[in-house]
Amino acid sequence: MSTDSRLDTSKVATSNRTDAATASKPSPAGSLASWADDRLGLATAMKKNLRKVFPDHWSFMLGEIALWSFVVLLLTGVFLTLWFNPSMGHVTYEGSYDQLRGVGMSEAMASTLHISFDVRGGLLMRQMHHWAAAIFIASMMVHLLRVAFTGAYRKPRELNWVIGCILLLLGTLEGFTGYSLPDDLLSGTGVRAADGFLKATPVAGSYMSFLLFGGEFPGESIIPRLYIIHVLLIPGILLALIAAHMLLLVYHKHTQWPGPGRTEQNVVGYPMLPVYAAKAGGFFFMVFGIIALMGGLLSINPVWKFGPYDPTKVTAGSQPDWYMGWPDGLLRIIPTGWESVIFGYTISWNVMLPILIVPPLMLVVLMMLPFLEGWITGDKRDHHLLQRPRNAPTRTAVMVALMTFYGLAWAAGGNDIIAIKLHASINQITYFMRVAIFVGPVLAFWITRRWCISLQRHDNDKLLHGYETGIITRSPDGQYAERHLPISTSAAYSLTARDRDEIFTADGETDAAGVASPNSRSEKLRARLSRWMYVHNVQKPTAAELEEAHHHAAHEAELTSGLNQPVDGHQFDDHHLRDADEVPLRDH
Amino acid sequence: MQLINRTAGRLSRHRRGPLAGLAVLLLGLLISGSLYTAFSPAQAQNQASETDQIAQGKELFLASCAFCHGKNGEGIPTVREGYQIGPSLVGVGAAAVDFQVGTGRMPMASPGAQAPRKKVVFNDEETAALAAYVASLAPGPAIPNESDYSIEGLSEEEREEAISRGGQIFLTNCTACHNFNGAGGAMPRGGYAPSLHGVEGKYIFEALLTGPQAMPNFSNGNLTPEDKRDVIAYLDSIQETPEYAGFTLGGLGPVSEGLFAWLVGIGSLVGAAVWIASHTTRTKKSKVNA
Repeated sequence: MSTDSRLDTSKVATSNRTDAATASKPSPAGSLASWADDRLGLATAMKKNLRKVFPDHWSFMLGEIALWSFVVLLLTGVFLTLWFNPSMGHVTYEGSYDQLRGVGMSEAMASTLHISFDVRGGLLMRQMHHWAAAIFIASMMVHLLRVAFTGAYRKPRELNWVIGCILLLLGTLEGFTGYSLPDDLLSGTGVRAADGFLKATPVAGSYMSFLLFGGEFPGESIIPRLYIIHVLLIPGILLALIAAHMLLLVYHKHTQWPGPGRTEQNVVGYPMLPVYAAKAGGFFFMVFGIIALMGGLLSINPVWKFGPYDPTKVTAGSQPDWYMGWPDGLLRIIPTGWESVIFGYTISWNVMLPILIVPPLMLVVLMMLPFLEGWITGDKRDHHLLQRPRNAPTRTAVMVALMTFYGLAWAAGGNDIIAIKLHASINQITYFMRVAIFVGPVLAFWITRRWCISLQRHDNDKLLHGYETGIITRSPDGQYAERHLPISTSAAYSLTARDRDEIFTADGETDAAGVASPNSRSEKLRARLSRWMYVHNVQKPTAAELEEAHHHAAHEAELTSGLNQPVDGHQFDDHHLRDADEVPLRDH
Repeated sequence: MQLINRTAGRLSRHRRGPLAGLAVLLLGLLISGSLYTAFSPAQAQNQASETDQIAQGKELFLASCAFCHGKNGEGIPTVREGYQIGPSLVGVGAAAVDFQVGTGRMPMASPGAQAPRKKVVFNDEETAALAAYVASLAPGPAIPNESDYSIEGLSEEEREEAISRGGQIFLTNCTACHNFNGAGGAMPRGGYAPSLHGVEGKYIFEALLTGPQAMPNFSNGNLTPEDKRDVIAYLDSIQETPEYAGFTLGGLGPVSEGLFAWLVGIGSLVGAAVWIASHTTRTKKSKVNA
């Protein structure tokens, strides 16, 4: 028997009695756990994972909103499938909603109305499902922004970033297919638009449209096909990718903010049990609760007011759900005449550019961000400590520029609503957006980068001169100055826990023997980009600078010590100073 | 019978009383006075109205409308080809005047993309006079009667049919500009299709008939008076029906829904995340920094 001191000795008898000691009867839960462990070997896996440590910060919980709203989507979605009938078969509505009774519609629309008015809790479930979808994609984007702004996508997490981008794409497609299912006027208009987008594809467009719709639009196949994509195909891929996303999170361990005791090798935080299980579990109920409140109180997609889809009808305010708003906005502001005719075939640039070219391009740019950054910096190290957005000014500025582009395109998608609510001319909004979509991101980039750099400068001021106390002192010669006090050691540690930026410089074009070095052109480009990325950044102070600043600050403190004491009016004249040790000289 | 006998008997007993003569005199005066006010002045006014009302209307027109529409309602063109300060009112009919003046759109406060609905300037009598004057310029659509735009006279079943038929007519002809909820929509160059919420049936009927501003004209050959009535019935019904789904967010469609998903949904959930992260699972309130 081992004498390992870590051995659990609680079941070993401590007396020296002569009869054998018997273990106390195990609790029912304990015996169940043993039963399961004997058969599944859970203890080994649990032992490690239940104590897994996660760092604590609110911004690390944004992805959790997406996860939990996805769970709400699964729960409410299953409820809806019990009544929804994905068929384009024609029926006459005879349900509870007066205004549509006797109107002909598809079975999909009729069953949506049935869920809304005749199934107990059906409308709540429909609205919860729709709100959860809107929140699911919104929270993915907020999470994406957090990851990008803190540099969490750097090595080793680039692939998880790519998975996240694919999740965003799939979530958007899943949302669009769901939006299209009720076959009401709004969704039908959306499907009609999608048909137009497909047909704008050169050469293959009409074939793709006929394949998807099983003939000419609208046909009778589109709703059943979208349904199976919506309830089986995309959710299956989503689930698998979410699992991969989270397994990679566990494998990489979560990133953390720099601070005393936190390094690239450790994770400082709370264990899964009991802390994170409680926090995450509690958060699920909060997400569920807020979505339930919204579903209960706020109307979303009132299909009964839209009525059944009919290609001859359309309504003002026909917009896609918010996440498809930005391509719609680009479509709204692109000049209508941008078409070219080649061999008698029309190429509709005015549809292709905003829908088929720019959005996929944006997605590719998004996925490539960590790889592009990694190539420019040449940084092959693992990063588990996050960067503050200000300490990567160029990256932050690029993200803000992309956000500005997205936001302007998004706003353009609501141009009609903006026009009526702000009493503006829709034409003027369009002209403004056509310029702003190009100028806005450039301005945003420049402003953000300068802003970050001045924040870096401010951090250095805090390190070197301390923080601003708000106490204004007046020197004998009448000069006013604000008193600074040194920041705490841990704050100083956090501020200085970052690397110095190193601008990459390409080797000469030829080596000493005059032979052109390989990759010299890409190396030169890399050097230029590296310079562009880093050259204006403010680096943290050196140890010598800090030392000198502390010395100076100590001296200053000495000079001004007593200023927070009641003032007798003799601080700076001879009466007072002559009494002290080491009398500072007046002319110092 | 007994009651009549008794009353007659009582009257008969008092017919020679001291105040009987006065009472009969007063009664006679009351009856003749009532009859006179009921018939004679009304007839006199009706006869006078045809010409007086038009004359009154013309006076009001010259003071308030002629600046843009011309002294005889012929309209005033600008130097630019195809532009007008005010269009000709010849043949627009009383319905157009009743709509434009009755909803406060006319007289216009200032030239702009569109005459907005605002506080009504003229009272009913003045509006009627203006309408009579403009109607006298040339034949045009008349002000509809209440029976034209009300489904009061129909049976319960007919009403339901009218409402659902009106809904389909509304979705075919009106929602492209006025939105599925009648909440209004944008038109080019700062124009807009106004909200239909709370608009009287009469004005909707008149607007359909006369096509004010950017709105197309839905003549009776295009949409029969019954079709118009059904649209009005549908609009009334969706305003009377309780909002089953909760707060409508303006009834503007997915744009306002997206706004609420971000502001209310993501806003409160990020707030919840901040709250959770700032608390430990300990019962102690103070935060323990990890």
